[in-house]
Amino acid sequence: MLALLARRLALGVLTILVTSVLIFAGTEVLPGDVATAILGRSATPESIESIRKAMGLHDPAPVRYVRWLTNFLQGDLGTSLANGRPIAQQIASRLGNTLFLASVAAAIAVPLSIILGVMAAIRANGLFDRAISVATLVAISFPEFFIAYVLIIIVAVNLGWFPSLASISPVMDLGDRLYVVALPALTLVMVVLAHMMRMTRASVIGVMSSPYIEMAVLKGLPGWRVVVQHALPNALAPIINVVALNLAYLIVGIIVVEVVFVYPGMGQLMVDAVAKRDVPVVQACGLIFAGTYVGLNMIADILAIFSNPRLRRPR
Amino acid sequence: MPQDGPEAMEQNIILTIRDLQILARIEGQQDAAKPIVDGVSLELRRGEVLGLIGESGAGKSTIGLAALGYTRPGCVISGGSIVFDGVDLARLPVEEIRKFRGSRVAYIAQSAAASFNPARKLYDQVGEAPVRHGLMSWSEAKARSTELFRELDLPNPDTFGERYPHEVSGGQLQRAMAAMAMSCRPEILVLDEPTTALDVTTQIEVLASLKKLIREHHTAGLYITHDLAVVAQIADRIMVLRHGKMVEEGPAGDILHRPQQEYTRMLVSVRAAETSAPLPPPRHRAAGTPVLALDHVSASYRSLVKVINDVSLTIARGETVAVVGESGSGKSTLARVICGLLPPESGTIAFTGEPLPKALRQRSRDQLRRIQMVYQMPDVALNPRQTIGEILGRPVSFYFGSSGSDVRARVKELLEMVDLPADFAKRRPGELSGGQKQRVSIARAIAAKPELMICDEVTSALDPLVADGILKLLQQIQDEMGLSYLFITHDLGVVRRVSDRVAVMLRGALVAEGPLAKVFSPPYHPYTELLLSSVPEMRLDWLEEVLARRAEIPRVAALSA
Repeated sequence: MLALLARRLALGVLTILVTSVLIFAGTEVLPGDVATAILGRSATPESIESIRKAMGLHDPAPVRYVRWLTNFLQGDLGTSLANGRPIAQQIASRLGNTLFLASVAAAIAVPLSIILGVMAAIRANGLFDRAISVATLVAISFPEFFIAYVLIIIVAVNLGWFPSLASISPVMDLGDRLYVVALPALTLVMVVLAHMMRMTRASVIGVMSSPYIEMAVLKGLPGWRVVVQHALPNALAPIINVVALNLAYLIVGIIVVEVVFVYPGMGQLMVDAVAKRDVPVVQACGLIFAGTYVGLNMIADILAIFSNPRLRRPR
Repeated sequence: MPQDGPEAMEQNIILTIRDLQILARIEGQQDAAKPIVDGVSLELRRGEVLGLIGESGAGKSTIGLAALGYTRPGCVISGGSIVFDGVDLARLPVEEIRKFRGSRVAYIAQSAAASFNPARKLYDQVGEAPVRHGLMSWSEAKARSTELFRELDLPNPDTFGERYPHEVSGGQLQRAMAAMAMSCRPEILVLDEPTTALDVTTQIEVLASLKKLIREHHTAGLYITHDLAVVAQIADRIMVLRHGKMVEEGPAGDILHRPQQEYTRMLVSVRAAETSAPLPPPRHRAAGTPVLALDHVSASYRSLVKVINDVSLTIARGETVAVVGESGSGKSTLARVICGLLPPESGTIAFTGEPLPKALRQRSRDQLRRIQMVYQMPDVALNPRQTIGEILGRPVSFYFGSSGSDVRARVKELLEMVDLPADFAKRRPGELSGGQKQRVSIARAIAAKPELMICDEVTSALDPLVADGILKLLQQIQDEMGLSYLFITHDLGVVRRVSDRVAVMLRGALVAEGPLAKVFSPPYHPYTELLLSSVPEMRLDWLEEVLARRAEIPRVAALSA
């Protein structure tokens, strides 16, 4: 099993390396470089040349790539072109905000979707199953901003339960923070729920035709025990993978929701950086996002290995 | 057991099934159903074992499950009663039946490997029923499991339950399932082909364990099997079933020695031939270059485990050579090596005197044509989306370049050779029975006009009477076409019937090889003797005799470990 884990870890590291090359190369092929970006319209050939020299832009691309990556790994993300501040500082608070919102959404969505999926599987094709299928499909079919605006109108404007602007600040205590992110978190829950719930349902139903399920029934176990204790453990691997993909989405893909609720997260930072052609910030965000995706998927695969006794304890 | 007077007998009856009628929904047709159990009645007394015997589709498993008030999805009890200890399970709501299942009526399935949950430890599964039925605490259930493991001669009974199902052998798992069924001390055990998936040498041990368990706990049993000799070792009475109806019922000895019905007589004679038929006289062995010659062939998977170890074997033209051995002995791997699917590491393979390239892709189309293969499972060996005509036409056009009407004529001829009607060309495999599908597989192989046909357990998925027909067909084809067979099988009855020569395989090596009459007569190789003596015979006291003999000669028994 150690060999299996080592192989999976190596694959994860390799994936991140390849992604970092792609991110670097991608910003490399854009017209212009950092020097012209900094100086903007006022650039003279001499000033551009001197900045290039100062920043080492004349070095060949592989050298600059290695320098960028080693600095990155040491926590030096470079300086923003737009305001000259260290990127690390800027990202730190934004990343914290993004992770907070993602955790709140995940803490609700993951258990809820698995519970709903298992309940749907217990009475497959029954009334509850159909109702929950339709409801989650409807939720996933609407664009995120639409759900967000509907929630704002009903919950924030008409009912007045939660604020429509998720303006969070570091001085707030946990209760206040939860209060302001309630609506964006709820929106995200509705977006990711269907995918995980349907995978749980399909995976559990797939296992339900196994002989050991019939055996559990013939031992006189109640239906819910058969599903939860005998079917679910064998259905975990695909569920874990889908959960990981959705967690990654919650961190990386929620820019629209951030914009609607004016939430200061990573997504907004990156979009602003792209608009200002702030290349170092874009690179830093890109690499963090890629790392999140790869890391979560790697954790999912490792958990899947641990959930399978045949892989965990091979003969 | 007190057996005085009809009243005492009445009280001893634990299960009464009357006029049981079970319908199965026909797939694809709304509201259409066909009976799979049709008016069967039976009685079971405490401590008594009733054998239910029949071919597949006889309804024996369905009756066994009905004793637990359970029907498989798509089936429904449409009539009759299943009275267990005064309660009619056929009329009870599911939540009430649940209280009986596992606690008072327990089930042992055919495949322990499939019936144990791979994700949970043995203790959790063996002790689950008594805990969930509120009979014991987890620690009591654990102690009870350990006690049963010890009773069933499982290794390290104190820690056995800490293992996962994949960590123990097939025979051990089958016994662990017996422990699981006995955990609540049920009054009735339903045993559904509990030894069918096991090797003969393992079957004998599991059979002995089950018999001991049932006798000592005074449990009543419904023993379901297709093997008359097996059921005769354990059952007091036997009921013969066919197409969901009872054919006849009686004491085990009567069914075995004085069968009344024609169908029972047929079952008895086919089964008896497996162990007692005289060995056929040796046929003349064709002189000249052998069709196939393996010379010191060794092979392994990913060069880790040697699965074929220094095997030398020749097959003459028109000859049938049987390779016998237990699961894991490497006999199917040998077939893969000959076909080129697993290139050997050392040694040579010669076909009609010429060296055969080791790997499949190095062989010419004609070399491929001359060796054909028929598989164990006709269900999965035929493409379900192709018609029989397409399946048989493919090798005809592939190897001989025929087209159009030539192919159709040849397909018709092939169907005729395997005794199937010509209009089968338009059907798909799903519309055929198991035996018919195997005939199509054979027709597909002979379409290539091969010189060597490898038959890998071709009859083991079939019922005895159907298998009998297939063996006769193969004999007939060999007489017509003069081709050679390599028969790979664990079934010594098949070997006895078809082979000229036998090769006995143990852990990848041949331990005995020669003409059938020589290998299967004394003096035996000890392993051959162990195999031969493990095949159940059609006598009531066979099991006791063998076990007594084994106790005297521990040397032979040790070989099976």
